Amino acid sequence: MLSIRGLSRALPGGRVLFSGLDLDIAPGELVAIMGESGVGKSTLLNVIAGLDQADSGTVSIGGSVLSALDDDGATLLRRDRIGFVFQAFHVLPHLSLARNVALPLVLGHGDPAEATRRAEGMLADVGLPGRGGDYPRQLSGGELQRVAIARALIHRPALILADEPTGNLDPETADRILGLLTAQVRQAGAAALIVTHSEKAAAAADRALRLTHDGLVPIDPPAGAAA
Amino acid sequence: MTAGRSGRISLPAMIWLILGEWRTQPVRVATAAIAIAVGVALGFGVHLINASALTEFSRAIAAVNGDADLQVASVSPAGFDEALYPRLARIAGVAGASPVVQLTAALPGDSQGLTLIGLDIFRAAGVTPGLLGQPDPAPQGAAGGGSGFGDAGAVFDEMAVFLSPSLRQAIEGGPGGRAAGARGAVLSLSAAGRTVPVTVAGTLPGVAEGRRIAVMDIAAAQWRFGQLGRLQRVDLKLAAGADRDAVEAAIARILPPEAELVTRESQSRRSDSLSRAYRVNLNMLALMALLTGGFLVFSAQSLSVARRRSQFALLRVLGTRRDALLIQVLIEGAVVGAVGALMGLGLGVLLADTALRLLGGDLGGGYFGGGQPVLVFAPVAAVVFFGLGLLCAVGGSLLPAREASRAQPAVALKNAGDAVDPSARPAIAPALALLLAGGVCAFGPAIGGLPILGYAAMALLLAGGVTAMPWLARALLSPLQGVRFAAPSTELAVRRLWGAPSQAAVALCGIVASTSLMIAMAVMVSSFRGSVDDWLGQVLPDDLYMRFAEPSQADGLDPAGQARLAATPGVAAVTFTRSLPLRLSPETPSVALVAQPIRREDPGARLPMIGAPRPIPAGATPVWLSEPAAWIHRKRAGDWMTLPVSGGQRVFVAGLWRDYARQNGAVVLTSEDYSRLTGDPLRAEASIALKPGADIAAVTAGLKAALPPDLAARAQFARPGEIRAIALGLFDRSFAITYVLELVAILVGLAGVAATVSAQTLARTKEFGMLRHIGVRRRQIVAMLAQEGALLGAVGVAAGLTLGLVMSQVLIHVINPQSFHWTMETRLPWVVFVVVTAALISASAGAALLAGRRALSMDAVRAVREDW
Repeated sequence: MLSIRGLSRALPGGRVLFSGLDLDIAPGELVAIMGESGVGKSTLLNVIAGLDQADSGTVSIGGSVLSALDDDGATLLRRDRIGFVFQAFHVLPHLSLARNVALPLVLGHGDPAEATRRAEGMLADVGLPGRGGDYPRQLSGGELQRVAIARALIHRPALILADEPTGNLDPETADRILGLLTAQVRQAGAAALIVTHSEKAAAAADRALRLTHDGLVPIDPPAGAAA
Repeated sequence: MTAGRSGRISLPAMIWLILGEWRTQPVRVATAAIAIAVGVALGFGVHLINASALTEFSRAIAAVNGDADLQVASVSPAGFDEALYPRLARIAGVAGASPVVQLTAALPGDSQGLTLIGLDIFRAAGVTPGLLGQPDPAPQGAAGGGSGFGDAGAVFDEMAVFLSPSLRQAIEGGPGGRAAGARGAVLSLSAAGRTVPVTVAGTLPGVAEGRRIAVMDIAAAQWRFGQLGRLQRVDLKLAAGADRDAVEAAIARILPPEAELVTRESQSRRSDSLSRAYRVNLNMLALMALLTGGFLVFSAQSLSVARRRSQFALLRVLGTRRDALLIQVLIEGAVVGAVGALMGLGLGVLLADTALRLLGGDLGGGYFGGGQPVLVFAPVAAVVFFGLGLLCAVGGSLLPAREASRAQPAVALKNAGDAVDPSARPAIAPALALLLAGGVCAFGPAIGGLPILGYAAMALLLAGGVTAMPWLARALLSPLQGVRFAAPSTELAVRRLWGAPSQAAVALCGIVASTSLMIAMAVMVSSFRGSVDDWLGQVLPDDLYMRFAEPSQADGLDPAGQARLAATPGVAAVTFTRSLPLRLSPETPSVALVAQPIRREDPGARLPMIGAPRPIPAGATPVWLSEPAAWIHRKRAGDWMTLPVSGGQRVFVAGLWRDYARQNGAVVLTSEDYSRLTGDPLRAEASIALKPGADIAAVTAGLKAALPPDLAARAQFARPGEIRAIALGLFDRSFAITYVLELVAILVGLAGVAATVSAQTLARTKEFGMLRHIGVRRRQIVAMLAQEGALLGAVGVAAGLTLGLVMSQVLIHVINPQSFHWTMETRLPWVVFVVVTAALISASAGAALLAGRRALSMDAVRAVREDW
């Protein structure tokens, strides 16, 4: 589903973040990437999403080569085939929960009524049944991240990108959200790439990799850390 | 998956996002819409008032002129030789010609005046039937009018007069009651310096409501009012199929200098030029208000975009194209503009209706006499002003929209807040370019007689000033940057403003735009008023002034009467003057031809001269032109010109003088030259110097007694102080609409300040939460915000005052001379400066303080965890 070949990226000052990265993720596979702060994990995610440019190498999503697409093409690819989950939730405060979740469908010119109905179903799937009319300010951090997961999955994307999805949550809530995310991703049959500092999150993945200046290095899951 | 392929935001999504945003920021959206509404309302209202007044003015002219196809009219009330009439009647293509005597007349105790028309009814029947009288039915038992012709006999009675319905109504509503306007009633009619008894014979059914017209026999009018051999008009009816151009050319060939050909087009151009500059200026001021509205929209949209930076980033991540975001922000602006413009159109109609009723069609400007105009709706103008409102709002949204679409989503999602970089140096080059362009435009000439480049200069200066705000905010706060303040709140306030000048600029944008505009107008009005005040002191040197009630043309003192006044006990000297309208060209309004007892070698003794008078060539007839007359007719001191009197007289322009009384210009002749050239020995105004110790009341009584009884009833006496008070009162009245615009500018500015400052403050909730966490007390934050607000207001006022002063110089030295053709000296309204400074700083500090209290009411822990 996701195929990365020879991906390199340096900062404007010349400092190399990563170079020659290769990575393949199959449908239904969940891969976690760990690494020190500033090593370029989020940048890698942004490059994969077409939000940032690589210096060299290719990213292919479901057969679409990102570098062959212009900004509009990358935008459409994101809208149709990628779902995002952020550390800071990024839920629009002035839209109800149902509308927040339905937004990717409605942005893609879906029928608003049908989209809202599906959003209510997604909210129920992530443990927020009947809350579609509520507004974000009424929710806790964990609940907001549930909304974000529902939004990331509603348009049945081929690839889920998650940037520190549990970074803003207490450990217990983080565990629950991680469980929910992996379960939903597997249920949807999507490929998923999670950038995280959490050992638990890494352990929950099918594969865990560490991003270093030398490339992506496999991490063996610590014993007993599986979700 | 139901995604479309366009990458544009679908309509439902856009509605969700826009309505959601507005629900959270209703005050700011409403302020922006109201700012646009105010601009549109002022512009559209002023346009409606002008359109209504011009329609009314045209109706008034049409009523006096009847239904003639063409008209030959005299250039002054003195008229032209009646021998012209048969020559006109014989021109091929002229089917009928009707000679007319037309005089400005008055009834006793009446200050409104009326138009007296002398007609040959047999000629008029074929040319201007609308001016024919209808005799009243004779009372039962009467033989009819005394003429032996029954009811119709009244028509042929030489002293019979027919009254328009409105005039008759006014007479019947006067002290004489219904009997005064009834058939057979005798009226004492004054015109051309004579008072004549006339008999009411009937009415003028063809004259529209609101017109004050009396029609009598032409021969009687000529004889009784000293117009023998003279006509003021000949109305012409063209033959069917006649070549109009050929007829006009044939007429032009035989016209003497005292007469001109008047067509509907030239009349319309003349009535338009009468108030054109005034109307254009009001419209421009209204457009400036609209521009201020545009800046407030910019301010509101910039804040909104800055606050939503990460929301837009999310939309980009979710698959929204850059141009879709641009379109969304532009549509937000357009909807605000459309709502504001629609409200503005409604308000404009209300404003126009109210102003027409309270101030009249010229908004107190004194351009149109006559009836009360009826509001005329102008659909094309409504569409234009709606479009302008929309354009301003969309224009104000353009830069914020570009910013929204250009933001890097990955960066914006990480930073979530505003991206302030204190090390970035604000650019000044674009501002300097705009200011320079404004300066260049300020030196440009009038285009089509209008100060288009002057207004372009003001708009460019305004844009340049606003663009310079980030640089200026940094520059003005730089001296404070090196100071260490004891109070943490002051320290934080100064650092914040210095470090985020672009944010300060967004808040300052609306303040500076509205303050500078208001200051420019206030300085101009103050300078104008001060100059008028000085001028009044120069032109009112005597102890007592006498004039006849309006219409002053109707009356006059002959030389014997003048001698009697001069001989009144207590009078040291009397200076008599006379003023008559004189048209120097068919398409410009009449100038005033003024008789003044001027000594040729010392005109400055009676006229406030501009520059040194020119030596008068031997044998030349000198004239002294007022500033507007010189400007409109393109003459300078030392030039020669022809006056259309006495068959055309070549005169020498011996100097220019300052005159604020007559916007269309005045041409002064010495008293002797005036009498010689016009044959008019009458004088209608007198300025009287008293002997030392003379009792002014006793002298006034003596002067009244020396006047003939009919003139004594219409004579008005005033001391210089009273005239000065009346003149300045009239000035204030004519600038009433400007004062309203100033007030509106202040209120819009204050509302903009309050909305912008409070929005910026509320957007910093997270920062306040952080400050609370590190031990800054709540009241210290409130104090910091108040100081920030006050500093922001002070920077805004400093910039607004400076820019306003520069713009005022464009108004004073470019726009006023090009529009109204008079110059003035700058006077600074210090009280206005102090009030505006205090109001803006208080509003800015107060808004920041109130918004800060609201922002601080949120729990500090929650504040730092809030994402948006």
